[in-house]
Amino acid sequence: MIEIQNVRKSFGQLEVLKGIDLNVAKGEVVTVIGGSGSGKSTLLTCINGLEPIDSGKIIVDGTEVHAKSTDLNKLRQKIGIVFQQWNAFPHLTVLENVTLAPRKVLGMSKADAEAIAEKQLKHVGLGDKLSTHPTRLSGGQQQRMAIARALAMSPDYMLFDEVTSALDPQLVGEVLETLKMLAEEGMTMILVTHEMSFARDVSDRVAFFHQGIMAEIGAPEQIFGDPQHEETQKFLASVR
Amino acid sequence: MFDYTFQWKQVLARLPKMLDGAMVTMEVAVLSMLIGIVLAIVLTVMRRSGSRPLAAFATTWVEVARNTPALFQIYMAHFGIASFGIHFSPFTSLLIGITFNNAGYLAENFRGALKAIPETQTRAGRSLGMTSSQSFRFIILPQMLRIAFLPMTNQMVWAILMTSLGVTVGMNTDLYGVTQDLNALTFRTFELFAIAGVIFYIITKVITLGARLAAARLFRY
Ligand SMILES: Nc1ncnc2c1ncn2[C@@H]1O[C@H](COP(=O)(O)OP(=O)(O)OP(=O)(O)O)[C@@H](O)[C@H]1O
Ligand SMILES: [Mg+2]
Repeated sequence: MIEIQNVRKSFGQLEVLKGIDLNVAKGEVVTVIGGSGSGKSTLLTCINGLEPIDSGKIIVDGTEVHAKSTDLNKLRQKIGIVFQQWNAFPHLTVLENVTLAPRKVLGMSKADAEAIAEKQLKHVGLGDKLSTHPTRLSGGQQQRMAIARALAMSPDYMLFDEVTSALDPQLVGEVLETLKMLAEEGMTMILVTHEMSFARDVSDRVAFFHQGIMAEIGAPEQIFGDPQHEETQKFLASVR
Repeated sequence: MFDYTFQWKQVLARLPKMLDGAMVTMEVAVLSMLIGIVLAIVLTVMRRSGSRPLAAFATTWVEVARNTPALFQIYMAHFGIASFGIHFSPFTSLLIGITFNNAGYLAENFRGALKAIPETQTRAGRSLGMTSSQSFRFIILPQMLRIAFLPMTNQMVWAILMTSLGVTVGMNTDLYGVTQDLNALTFRTFELFAIAGVIFYIITKVITLGARLAAARLFRY
């Protein structure tokens, strides 16, 4: 369970998160939508401790992320994250990209790590690309590789930050399919996305962010069908 | 007016000696590069460490190495340090001087290479649970060395050529030193130095071409 309690965060003068409260239960899929600069990416990088917070708490399975005593490297093993772009390690093959962390972080043997990596790469449809360098992959394949790489650590949670928005339109579908598959398998996920129909399709709840505030959260039918907040209505009108 | 008769035969008889010298030249250059690369990585880590004294130390090294004559650096390694009662052989002094120079130039190359690696690479590594040192070693460092590979081969060529400065600290076993001694013995100045020049040229060409081939094999991405 991820518990986000009254989290505030500023970059210099600019307050980017203005008291966010959100609980994500095991197995839940929460999508975060909202305008550019509303703090969506910042929230994700706070959850896995890449960014410090100013006040409030984020608790993952009882561990407070930003407590001094927390071993972030250990915590991150159970929180996978995939970014918008530049995820692939270009000097490693696809297989090596995926085995690196299991070997160096979990101390797995090469053979064990490769077995897991192959399984995950097949899972995302890259079983035939093991010895290819990621620079030879399409953007969509690179993103699926990044997903497999995160999954190889057997995370309990997955965070996705607009993983399709740097892709050519015809490559978006294959990555969304992969995400959907994960959701159906019961992975707990927080997804930031601009793909509204996908969000409606896959989410248990949808959160709308506006200028550092979570203006509205609810079931996809409600957010898309009957948005309560004026800003949600404006936003949805603008993206439709 | 032009009464110099070339005597190649007499000089070519000394070729084996010169080739022995060339081996010493290569030895100094290769050692100075290997140690120089390691030191340059250390300097790079120091500059990124966030510790002011370490960064200042590394920056001073780089500044001195890049903005003073290589001859000065080799001279200091020999006669400068000797003033404090520490005496190095000409070989060691030459090696120290060139290594110091290599490390400074390479550290600067590495800094440029690092700028070409997106910050998100480290983020991706940290997100997978790697420590900052693991991210640097397994993700950043290999990419940095790859980007800096061609500047590194240039520095290797430079290291070969810098060995000729060893004569100023009494070095006489390297290619240039051997050539100079033979010259004092035979006075066949033009022939000897022409041959030395050709050997230098061949060595540096082989290095450049070899490096290009190696790069094509090593870096397939
Ligand atoms: N490292 C940083 N330093 C300074 N300001 C930052 C930093 N990261 C983000 N910001 C600022 O914080 C605000 C929120 O950024 P964030 O990336 O979280 O927005 P977002 O909702 O993900 O937007 P987008 O949809 O464009 O990705 C923006 O105004 C951004 O410029
Ligand atoms: Mg963002």
